[in-house]
Order: sequence, then C-alpha cells, then structure tokens
Amino acid sequence: MTTLTEAPPPLDPTAPDRKPPRARGRWTPYWLLLPGILWLLVFFALPMVYQASTSVQTGSLEEGYKVTWHFATYWDALSAYWPQFVRSVAYAAAATVLCLLLGYPLAYMIAFRAGRWRNLIMVLVIAPFFTSFLIRTLAWKTILADGGPVVGALNTLHVLDVTGWLGWTSGDRVLATPLAVVCGLTYNFLPFMVLPLYTSLERIDARLHEAAGDLYARPWTTFRKVTFPLSMPGVVSGTLLTFIPASGDYVNADLLGSTDTRMIGNVIQTQFLRVLDYPTAAALSFILMAAILIAVTLYIRKSGTEDLV
Amino acid sequence: MKTTTDSSGDVRLSGISKTYGSFTAVHPLDLTVPEGSFFALLGASGCGKTTTLRMIAGLEEPTTGTVSLGEQDVTALPPYKRPVNTVFQSYALFPHLDIFENVAFGLRRRGIKSVKKQVEEMLELVQLGEQARKKPHQLSGGQQQRVAVARALINHPKVLLLDEPLGALDLKLRRQMQLELKRIQTEVGITFVHVTHDQEEAMTMADTVAVMNAGRVEQLGSPADLYENPRTTFVANFLGTSNLIEAETGSGGGDEIAVRAGDCTLLLPRARCSAPATAGGKVLVGVRPEKISLVHADDAGSVPAGRNRITGTIADSSFIGVSTQYVVDSPVCPRLEVYAQNIERDARLVPGAEVVLHWSPAHTFGLDAAQDIGAGVEEAA
Repeated sequence: MTTLTEAPPPLDPTAPDRKPPRARGRWTPYWLLLPGILWLLVFFALPMVYQASTSVQTGSLEEGYKVTWHFATYWDALSAYWPQFVRSVAYAAAATVLCLLLGYPLAYMIAFRAGRWRNLIMVLVIAPFFTSFLIRTLAWKTILADGGPVVGALNTLHVLDVTGWLGWTSGDRVLATPLAVVCGLTYNFLPFMVLPLYTSLERIDARLHEAAGDLYARPWTTFRKVTFPLSMPGVVSGTLLTFIPASGDYVNADLLGSTDTRMIGNVIQTQFLRVLDYPTAAALSFILMAAILIAVTLYIRKSGTEDLV
Repeated sequence: MKTTTDSSGDVRLSGISKTYGSFTAVHPLDLTVPEGSFFALLGASGCGKTTTLRMIAGLEEPTTGTVSLGEQDVTALPPYKRPVNTVFQSYALFPHLDIFENVAFGLRRRGIKSVKKQVEEMLELVQLGEQARKKPHQLSGGQQQRVAVARALINHPKVLLLDEPLGALDLKLRRQMQLELKRIQTEVGITFVHVTHDQEEAMTMADTVAVMNAGRVEQLGSPADLYENPRTTFVANFLGTSNLIEAETGSGGGDEIAVRAGDCTLLLPRARCSAPATAGGKVLVGVRPEKISLVHADDAGSVPAGRNRITGTIADSSFIGVSTQYVVDSPVCPRLEVYAQNIERDARLVPGAEVVLHWSPAHTFGLDAAQDIGAGVEEAA
C-alpha cells in the first residue's frame, strides 16, 4: 500500500529543446494552486478579516462604525445569547443523532443489500437537492400543520402526550415546537450523513464479513467488531457534515419554530439584517465558529480517526 | 461450537451440488476427505473447486446433498457454528485490528478470556512473534498469508480450508510457503483442504488430489497415481504434459494390448488402459515426455527389442540446463514432446535430424478416444 509504484520519468538526453526538468517544473505546483489560493483569499480570508474588524468596532449606523478594539462585545453577546447557543448545540446534536440512526441502516442497505437497485436508491437520496432548500422546509410546514393528518395520527397514538411531557411539543401542536425544528434539521441534512456513510461502508471488503462469520462471529457481532469500526471514517465525517451546518442553521428554526426555539443562526440573522448591530452579529459568528472548531477537534481526537479519507 | 475430538473427523460430501439459475457450478459430488490428510482440489478457474470449498465452510448453501464432519451433519449450520476455518484467497485480514487481535479474533468470539499464551504460541508457529502489534498493511504478502493461517489454525478446527492461499505471492515465496504449510500441517495434524489451480502446488503439498473440471471430479488419487495413470485426457494434459497418439486397437490377449498407429505397432499394458479395448476400436495411447528416449536414426539398431518405437524428425529443441526438451514431428503424431536428461549430449540431435523415439511399454497408458484430445491443455498453467 505504501510502496511507490510510479517509475521516475525517463530522462531523454537527446531531446533538443528541453530545459532541465527541475527549472521547468519548479513553479508548476504553484501555478496550479493559484486559482484556489485566490478564491480562498477573496471569498474566505478577506471576509474573515473584515468580520473580525467589525466585531471590535463601536458606533452606530448613522455615525458609522470605527475600530475601537472593543472586545467587550464578545462577552456581552455571549451573556445575552447563551441560551440560543445551548439550544443550537442541543438541536444540532439531536438532529445529528437522528440522522445517524436513520442514515446508517439506509447506507448499510444501499451498500450491501441493494444489488441492482443501488444506483436508483442513491439518486433518490440525492433527489431532494433538486428542489430548493426553502421549498422543502416550507413543505414540512404543511406536513406538520395543526390538525393535519400527521399531527392527528400522533395525537391518536398518544405520541404527543409523551413528547409534550418531555417538552418537545406543546398541546396539540407540533409546528412551532422544538420537535418540528429538529425534524426539519434531520430531514434537510440526512443526505450529508448518508453519503459519507455509504462511501465508507461500500469500501469494506465483503470477504471480511465472511471471515468474521468463519471465525465464529454471529451477524450482530460481525457488525459490532468489524463493520462498524471499519465505517468509523464515514460516521465521523457524516456527523461533522450534519452537525456543523445544523448548528449554524436558521431557516428551520425560522420556518418551523417559534420565538422559543430560536437558534444562534436566527440571532445572528436578526442582528445583521433587522437590528443592524453588525459588531454583535460578527462577534456571535466568531464565537460560533470557535465553539465548533473546538468541538470538532475534541471529537476527532476522541474518535481516533484523524484521516477522514 | 466447541471443537470436539471424536475419532472420526472425516469430511464427507454426499451428492452435493450447486446451481446458480441455469448454471451448474458443481454437479452432484461424493467425496470423502480422510481425517488428518492434506487434500487438494485442483482445477482451472471456474471448475467449481472454490464453490465446493465454500459449501464445506458454510459460506455457500448447497442446492442438493449434505456435508458431514465426522458423525455430524453440518449442512444446515451457519459458518459461525461450524468447526471449520478458512484461509481466504486475499487473506481477508481485519485491517483495523493488529496481528495479535486478528489471530485472537476466533478465540474471543468463543468467549475465551486468556488468549495471550495461545496467540503467542500460534504466532511463534508461523514465525511472526515479533510482529504482534503491527497492522496487517505493514506486513509483506507472505507474512499476511501466515497471519491468515495462524488466525484460522488457532481455533483447532476439524478442517482447515485454504482457498488459493498462495495465489497472490511471487514464485519464490510461493515455493517457500508450500513447504511451510506442509510443515505446519504435519505439526498440527489437522485436515487441510486446499483449493488451487497450480498443479505443481497440488502435487508438492497434497497426499490426495481431486482434479476437477466443469463442476465434476475427473479423477482422485495420490499425486504419483494421477500423474502416472491419468484416466481422462483432461487429467493427462492438465497434470504435466502428455503425448497422446491416436491409435487403433489390434487383436491380442494377455496382459498387453497391441495397437496400431500409422505403420507402428505399440504395446500397452491392459491394466493401464481406461478405454474399452475391443479389436478395431479407437484408443489414445499416452506417454509422458520424460519416459521417452531419443536416438539418432543411424543408431536405430541400438534400441533394445520389446520397446515401443516411433520414428520422426526433430522440429525444435531447447536446452534448459538439467534437460533438453525436444519437439519431434512423427507421421503418427505431430509435435511429440521428449525431455532428455543431460547426461551425454549427442551433437547430431539438432532440428531436422531423423530420430527414433522409444520407451518401455510399461510406461504407456491408454485413454478413451471418444474424448477431446486437447482437453486441459489450455487450462494448464
């Protein structure tokens, strides 16, 4: 696996107009990197610098903002909006767990049992992307509408009594409750879980299952000891791809939630677009980014899969 | 699941077959592998040998028939309940576990807590004691192969199944591992069933070889018996090289049948003729290349009486050190192969030379002429 299979390029001293390969090829990698570096510079680095400077400015919209190194904005923003931070993490975590529970069996089925249906099912997993994110989330508004068939069924089955007791729903409503927001997040980010899971499951050599069976492992033991550990890269990248965007999301909480289910994304959106308090919005964004970075680093350390290939 | 040591540990396949839709991979087959033997299933790819092995392992469900280990009918048992272990073709080592844990896998699944001593002993047996904490991908092909053997053997299975275990290794390593596996088998005394397409490998290692072709066992026997007394053209051509001469059975009783090929009369021991020898019938007369002696036509008089003899012209010769291989065109049979040991080289034996081939009638075998004379030539590696 680690052996070098590539032979060195053949040297042809008779070629007339050839410069030595060193001089000629030295700059090639940099030229190839240039578009990517420019892109990152313009669309990532510059906005970050701009936003960082915004977060330490003071002033007002009328008089204009000035950089005054006012770091207190961070502390003020955190103490004012910590409940929304906690809620964001909780909702995103719940959605991630749900995605994993729904997505793992699905990815497993596609990878090992789907046979000739495999490609069709993969298309179906990705199919929702053909519609706009907003439209899909609005559709959930209809699905979970008050007095609709879903809510009616849940009511009849007394599911709402249990979720209501847990504080996930209130009364006869599902819409405008935490449950609705988590459902929306789960639905919208499920493909981001399924795809990496599928990729890592599909790569597992089927003979390893046979070998485990041959060595006295029952099917469930084979899953626990062989399949699941080998799918860990997929689990890690799937949970990251779900958790990170979900924790910063505001559309689901906006459309399916209420003022009691506001996530940090909603706060940032309001600060930027309605209150027009740019420093607070910028500071909140940085806090969110730092929190996610720390969480992800700890998570990857713990799960022991530093190569997410 | 516990491996018991009852007296009869034979593997018995009775009427076992496997069909996939309209394709029959294995025709109903009866086979007994005696306990403690090294048994090889030999055949070209697609002959059903691996399917047969997988049915013993429980990885493939037979369409008909039963598999028994000793007294126990295991046909309905899933693989994890069979006292059988497999060495897979590409080893199928668990990439996320180190060598120690790979070898300990079977023991742990059976609820054995203190595995350290056993695993260390097993790694010692396959000479990998130093590598215990490495991951499979850090090992060479030959080492991985030995881990696969250790991982299976540590469970003391009644039968160890080996599915082309040496296929991925280069020639030199393969030779070495053949001897190694033979040594291990003698040491542990477990029944080995070995699937291979390499006739040399099967002959070097196994006590008994079953030659399979198109889902059937063509012939079963010891390597020497298969080589000396092939009963079908497939076996004759697949195992080594055979010269097959089309001939017509003449009259003649007694222990030897006289057959006519062109204007030569050849003698063939009746006991070594698997074809019905009715007068005037067709028969294929076979002789192995190394059994034939070659003299220049000028010395034809030196050929002792009572030998089968054929005249021809050398078409080609290649010197390979220990021997010289000649291809001789003869009116009775084109392209006869002759291997002559390098003891005294006759400088006249060059392409174009007229020669006389002769061999002892006892080294002649007879096959049914109704078969394809070239069966197994292509498949032989």
